[in-house]
Amino acid sequence: MSNVLVFVEQREGRVKKASLEALTLARTLASSLGGAVHAVLVGDGVAGLAAEAARYGAAKVWTAEGAGLARYSGDGYAQALAKAVEASSPALVLVAHTAMGKDLAPRAAALTGSGLVSDAVEVRVEGGTVHATKPVFAGKAYKRCAMTTNPAFVSLRPNSVTATEEAGAGEAAALDVPAGDFLTVVKDILAASGDKVPLQEANVVVSGGRGLKGPEHFHLIEDLAAAFGAGVAAVGASRAVVDAGWRPHSEQVGQTGKVVSPTLYFAIGISGAIQHLAGMSTSKYIVAINKDPEAPIFKVANYGIVGDAFEVVPKLCEAIRAAVQH
Amino acid sequence: MNILVLVKRVPATDSQIKVAADGKRYDPAGVEHVLNPYDEYAVEQALQLQAARGGEVTVLTVGGADAQKDLRTCLAMGADKAVLLEPDKAFDSKSLCDALAAKVRELGPELVLCGMKAVDDDDAQVPARLATLLGWSCLTDATALDLAEDGSFTGQRDIEGGKESVAGRLPAVISCNKGLNEPRYPNLKGIMAAKKKPLEQGAIALEEPGAVVEGLTPPPARPAPTILGQGVDAIPALIDKLKNEAKAL
Repeated sequence: MSNVLVFVEQREGRVKKASLEALTLARTLASSLGGAVHAVLVGDGVAGLAAEAARYGAAKVWTAEGAGLARYSGDGYAQALAKAVEASSPALVLVAHTAMGKDLAPRAAALTGSGLVSDAVEVRVEGGTVHATKPVFAGKAYKRCAMTTNPAFVSLRPNSVTATEEAGAGEAAALDVPAGDFLTVVKDILAASGDKVPLQEANVVVSGGRGLKGPEHFHLIEDLAAAFGAGVAAVGASRAVVDAGWRPHSEQVGQTGKVVSPTLYFAIGISGAIQHLAGMSTSKYIVAINKDPEAPIFKVANYGIVGDAFEVVPKLCEAIRAAVQH
Repeated sequence: MNILVLVKRVPATDSQIKVAADGKRYDPAGVEHVLNPYDEYAVEQALQLQAARGGEVTVLTVGGADAQKDLRTCLAMGADKAVLLEPDKAFDSKSLCDALAAKVRELGPELVLCGMKAVDDDDAQVPARLATLLGWSCLTDATALDLAEDGSFTGQRDIEGGKESVAGRLPAVISCNKGLNEPRYPNLKGIMAAKKKPLEQGAIALEEPGAVVEGLTPPPARPAPTILGQGVDAIPALIDKLKNEAKAL
């Protein structure tokens, strides 16, 4: 009754990095609880991914496979996860707080009558009780909760933990697949163009704001992101430029946009309104480039450059490219 | 088609948040409160659907008496009636939904709309939990919605690096994201009319929460900021820091 069950998310046959982070955290928590790490994979033809879950510490890997589960279905996957909960009797269920995870975790928690702390950045076990801490008010405060249900559910913010390998036994076990005819199903994936790295998964986020003066100058932001090499950096935007129609809402970083937590965050021509800070203040290192030395962004930036983005960014691109190539 | 919109009163997004004396809640003193920004998309969507196919739009909140103000805002936008339920104890999404499911059944809408999350707790649990307890279809974080005459719908939501198209059918709970529509502002006529629209007040009894708040704290402090210099001359210092301190290059 003291296992930790991790929902291991896969899309198109690839395990999400955020799920490997959840498995890494699960190892510590399972040892505090005196149990083992269990993993569950849901999809069609996903049993081959069990070895990856084992490499990150799963002692047992449950699989729920079937043609009806090839694409994500909120209620279908929640039923599968609830079956895994029944089979592995966990004290804690961990789900990565991704687009899928934030839809799935509340459903599975409801099916199993469990409490859920969503988007947690820290999970601890003290005296046999699970405690989870999550940012609220988009990071303007942190709330610590004690879980009262067994199991307890926690969805974990991506990049809160560094994924490391430590092999588990990886004993395979199959679950009964929930019957098809689900209420809500994904019909189609409309991928963004090319091999762009998703904003919330990127190690580096380069965001631009009103200081760029117009959408035609946003290529500066794209160039700087590209300077890090393929698949490293993503482009973000402030609310002001999204509201002005320069950039799509999917790129908005802030309280009413995406909350990101990369290793390196660039705020370029962004003054640092509290709305924006809320979406990026858990980034590990923040770089601000702004003409106004009084801009609030400089209060949270590890490194600030007071200057004109139009002059600094092109030179910075060259310097980053040179540094990355070495 | 009768639609129920769930809304919440929250601190405005430009508010400073201070911890209250009990160390568990925020201090509401001096904080401006507003209708949760995402709820505006839900109310707008309800009004557009009502214009297309009739029925009644009810807005409901669980909160204190001051939430009447936000319900009136929804009524001024065009909703027909409002329900305010005062909770008997502190709640989390679990205990709220466990009690709210019965209330939704009693009100009997075909569609429940809400914001994708409330920007206070950032919990984003209520839509999917409620739909699961009701056994209904559920689309979360909708940025597009196309509801057919036969009650089937397709919608879109953002995923990492793209979008997914999701199909379901009524009855359903749908949570609304920015991009779904452009919420209207209440006009003077709407504001006047809202004063006469019904606002029912009641109570809701809740069980113990699944996650009990132990403490609310300010966020961890960021390291002291450093201004590296002015203009392009500061670039070498930045590269050095990124390489040797942040180890990000």
